Amino acid sequence: MGHRTPLYEEHVQAAAKMVDFGGWDMPLHYGSQIAEHHAVRQSAGLFDVSHMRAVDVGGPDARAFLRYLLANDVDKLTVVGKALYGCLLNEQGFVLDDLITYYLADDWFRIVVNAGPADQDIAWFRSHAQDFHVEINPRPDLAMLAVQGPKAYDLAGPVLGPVVVDALSRLKPFHATMCEDLFIARTGYTGEEGFELLVDAGRAVDLWRGFVRAGITPVGLGARDTLRLEAGMNLYGHDMDLSVSPLESGLAWTVSLAPGRDFIGRAALLRQQAEGLRHRLVGVVLQGSGVLRSGQVVHCHEGDGVLTSGTFSPSLGRGIGLARVPIAAAEGQVCEVAGRAGRTALARLTVPPFVRHGRALVDL
Amino acid sequence: MGKVPADLRYTKSHEWVRETDQGFVVGITDHAQDLMGDMVFVELPKVGTRIVAGKECAVVESVKAASDVYAPVSGEVTEVNQALTETPETLNSDPYGDGWLFKVRSTDKSLLKSMLDASAYKALLAAEG
Repeated sequence: MGHRTPLYEEHVQAAAKMVDFGGWDMPLHYGSQIAEHHAVRQSAGLFDVSHMRAVDVGGPDARAFLRYLLANDVDKLTVVGKALYGCLLNEQGFVLDDLITYYLADDWFRIVVNAGPADQDIAWFRSHAQDFHVEINPRPDLAMLAVQGPKAYDLAGPVLGPVVVDALSRLKPFHATMCEDLFIARTGYTGEEGFELLVDAGRAVDLWRGFVRAGITPVGLGARDTLRLEAGMNLYGHDMDLSVSPLESGLAWTVSLAPGRDFIGRAALLRQQAEGLRHRLVGVVLQGSGVLRSGQVVHCHEGDGVLTSGTFSPSLGRGIGLARVPIAAAEGQVCEVAGRAGRTALARLTVPPFVRHGRALVDL
Repeated sequence: MGKVPADLRYTKSHEWVRETDQGFVVGITDHAQDLMGDMVFVELPKVGTRIVAGKECAVVESVKAASDVYAPVSGEVTEVNQALTETPETLNSDPYGDGWLFKVRSTDKSLLKSMLDASAYKALLAAEG
């Protein structure tokens, strides 16, 4: 038996198909993951993401510590509430996890990490905190819910109440605020409008039921994956992990190599750059019918690559994926993807994302 | 456990067979579609192909995985459910009805006897947990 979120019984009651994810028993779908996908693109969906772990970093050295710990530079956070996406690297410049950091006060940052690596991340934070005046406080007492989709605000409004709705209406994208008993952020993993919130675990069931009654569709991890992949977002453990550099994982934009700041992994990244990067991550769209799967080999003119994520895109009606290919392989190129039983299919390299705000962004 | 109609025969690999005057109709079971999740792609044999019992003859692909369909009987394919290529989700909603895969003409009636009946197939599902 895996860990259970405070909403476990809600999922079971709703007849969700439960699966292990990062050591947690989580809903894969509640009947049809394609219907759940469309609900998020066309209306609004509700996600239990309480398996993800919030970690508060407090103390006078919080900012200095995070500037050393993370590959992105929290000095970009100048407005209270602003969020920053980035990677946690080891000394070799490989990816321990990807995470979001929220700036709440000069002595208070909140980080949200993935479920699987959470314990290792926290141990890593602590092992590097000795030279800093910081406190590392994991928050297993908080549940995390996401509401995503074009009708997220309309449908969730009556559940959240006027004070929270007002705060949310003034929130800019990728910002968070504390309001009543909620930490609420205009972030997400779907490519749609919406928000994520952290709340005391004891309040999670009430909120969940309220959102469901308001007509927001519960969405499992199956649709969460097709939504994030259409939105061109990486998944830790698939598109990057401890064997690859963020610079070869489509994450160079999250790495701040500007002079004057040392961080864990910086020297290794500079060395990788000097030696020359060999791969990059691109989008892949299948030309015909079928589905792409992670692990499939992509034969490009410049050499072979591999699909790190692959799925059937419900919005496009096509197989899509992300692939790590030779760095010279150009977008627009048509490659052969090795399929089952020695067969091949044609697929085109693209620039992700594939879908944002319900609209296709790639030519089919 | 998925639905297991009493009038059908079943394979251990989760295909079903219905005997008719014209031959056999073949599909995948409710349990199989439920395990696989939303279907997105179906590859059917060509009409006129000779299929061999126990050999793969079709592919059903869901959001989760691709899976071979094994021929439950040997014989000649007389008709395929072309509508599934446009609406593979019918395999989820009606696996024993509109979600049939193909029809086979076969003289191989003995094999049908050796296939699982509904109670044996239910026992198999119970054993698989």
